[in-house]
Amino acid sequence: MNKINRGTEFPGTTHKSIPRKIFGHKLAIPLLVLMAVVVQNIITTPNFFDISITNGLLSGYIPNILDEAAELIIITLGMTLVIAVSGGVDLSVGPTMAIAASFCGLLLNGSEYRTDVFQNPYILAIFIGLLGGALCGAFNGIMVSYLKIQPMIATLILFTAGRSIAKQITHGQTIYIMNPVYKWLGVQIPGVPVRTTIIVSMVFVLLVVLLIKLTSLGLFVQSVGINNSAARLVGLNSRVVKFMVFVICGVLAGAAGLVGSSSVGSVNSGELGMSIEMDAILAVALGGNSLSGGKFSIAGSVIGAYTIQAITTTLYAMNVRADQLNVFKAVIIVVIIVASSEIFKERIKKLFIRLKQLLPKIRSTLGNIAQKMLRRRGVQ
Amino acid sequence: MKKLLRLISFVCIFALLVMAGACAEKPSETTVPVGTTTSKSVETTPNAGDELIVVGFAQCKADESDWRMANTKSMQETLSEANGYKLILADSNNDAAKQVADVQGFIDQEVDYIVIAAVNMDGWDTVLTNAKNAGIPVILMDRTINASADLYTCWVGSDFKAEGVKATDWISTRFTADQEVNIVNLQGQLGASAQIGRTEALEDAVAANSNWTLLAQQTGEWSTDTAKEIMASWIQRHGDKINVVYAENDNMADGAIQALEEAGMKVGGDDGVAIISFDANRAYLQMTLEGKINCNVECNPLHGPKVAQIIQTIEGGGSPAKVEVVEEAAFYYDTITQEIVDARAY
Repeated sequence: MNKINRGTEFPGTTHKSIPRKIFGHKLAIPLLVLMAVVVQNIITTPNFFDISITNGLLSGYIPNILDEAAELIIITLGMTLVIAVSGGVDLSVGPTMAIAASFCGLLLNGSEYRTDVFQNPYILAIFIGLLGGALCGAFNGIMVSYLKIQPMIATLILFTAGRSIAKQITHGQTIYIMNPVYKWLGVQIPGVPVRTTIIVSMVFVLLVVLLIKLTSLGLFVQSVGINNSAARLVGLNSRVVKFMVFVICGVLAGAAGLVGSSSVGSVNSGELGMSIEMDAILAVALGGNSLSGGKFSIAGSVIGAYTIQAITTTLYAMNVRADQLNVFKAVIIVVIIVASSEIFKERIKKLFIRLKQLLPKIRSTLGNIAQKMLRRRGVQ
Repeated sequence: MKKLLRLISFVCIFALLVMAGACAEKPSETTVPVGTTTSKSVETTPNAGDELIVVGFAQCKADESDWRMANTKSMQETLSEANGYKLILADSNNDAAKQVADVQGFIDQEVDYIVIAAVNMDGWDTVLTNAKNAGIPVILMDRTINASADLYTCWVGSDFKAEGVKATDWISTRFTADQEVNIVNLQGQLGASAQIGRTEALEDAVAANSNWTLLAQQTGEWSTDTAKEIMASWIQRHGDKINVVYAENDNMADGAIQALEEAGMKVGGDDGVAIISFDANRAYLQMTLEGKINCNVECNPLHGPKVAQIIQTIEGGGSPAKVEVVEEAAFYYDTITQEIVDARAY
């Protein structure tokens, strides 16, 4: 797998000095950023790391971040694969969430808009919801792999129409599922002290990692992403690979939709997963992945997603004013993106080298000045 | 494998087409495009002694939300032929250009009155000048526009600040002057007129009462999910200190209630964290009845009667006020009844 390299690696990786080894690693910048956010929290919010059990649930800022990042994590997994295989993005993940949750809600509530009786088994509703997600993914997949439409344009169709479709499924109204069992997926299974969202997101990360490590899917995705025609020439059916990746992304989006609607106990197609696609793309980018496809790192994307959620929660915890919130977010993100750009890294490296060269000079001039001062004092 | 994939793709395309078909079927029969109504209105208006008052109604998007649907229905029911009106509904589907064309169509049809729920604030000068020259009174509904005030007769809608005052009045009845009142405020989308009015009322009340404190204020963007996330963060920070949640719509109140309940805090009722909500949609009136929301201030979509009243004023030779506010009620957990909830259509 190492031989497929797009040359995006940091040029200094061949040298073996320890700091360079650490900073040359792909995950260095994303991890550093996450750590910076955490350190900042130690200063501004003293109880940031407090974890306690209230009402039978682990609570505190950290569990909150893990809980609220769950949807984004699941979406980001699919987005990473789509970006890697196609060099494009899937804009339709938010509407896909709404469609999947609407199917699920319709099955559970029947024609009632608010009821606490399941009309169908929960498992069946989950299955149909995921199927709805897969269907959306398949539609995107056909557009991209067989009709060769650019991913962004192809997924723009469902991005535009998806929420209307979801609204038609639920007859234009918000569905309230009052049965407490519905919240098992999005809040807590009775007796388990950890929020289900945290468990579910971990399970999906594990599943995707296993899928990549145990099958050749990861290799196929990278090969197609790096060079589509070359992959086809070596005998890979690149169309099928692309199609499969979009279906996987659809299923993951569906799962995120089910988790999201379960955590609020209702299906509102107008607000479920609103503008989550942008956060997901950002998470992939923050994770050090190239948005033009090819090599990818699931770990990076997951760290990226947690970073985004950590920033949001931090800003809420710091009580930043509502009208300034997005400005703060933008500033942080600009800093991160600039810090992880190749040119910036080069500049910093050069700056350090120059500083090293200047160091003896500065030292000697400082010494001279000090000597002169001492001498003057001596004279006086 | 290839055949299988082809089969799957066919099934998918078919399913999507069916979905699209389902969408196409839905738009209700009541929304008649202007083009087709021209002939109909020509049939009815010129002769028959002009018994019916013809009203052209340019709605922004008739099925946008439950609120908007109730709003459309109220107009249709009040301005019915039985009541002596002929309502021509033009649904612009949130297309600003189409809406302006619809209004121009009403002028060409020589309707008696025009009611507009504007998609866009701008771009109204030309068409409203035409209406003025044709002598057709224009009534703006719910949304305001950027046009000089002499181009329209009046505006009908909600007074959002008055809604907020109803809520803060309730807070002052719940707490005595020596009690500490710690309020958190989940704001609507910043800049929306509903957010501005409701926030302003709260801030004024906090300034006027020395025992009230605004602990935190943040926009939940009208969304349950965001509101829940913000509330969870506030619970971490302020804990049991919070005793009033001022959520600027029903969905955000829902999110806040869930966050509080998950943290094991008592919500609503006589001794829980007081929950204040706005809009009073059916599902949330139910929650008010259950005692989870203490005070729910209505945002009334039933503009029909008010519009009819204005038309009757003009017919009678009078002139209506420039700003006509619809009556809005507030519902309280201790006085609401099942009948009120069941009567709610939206």
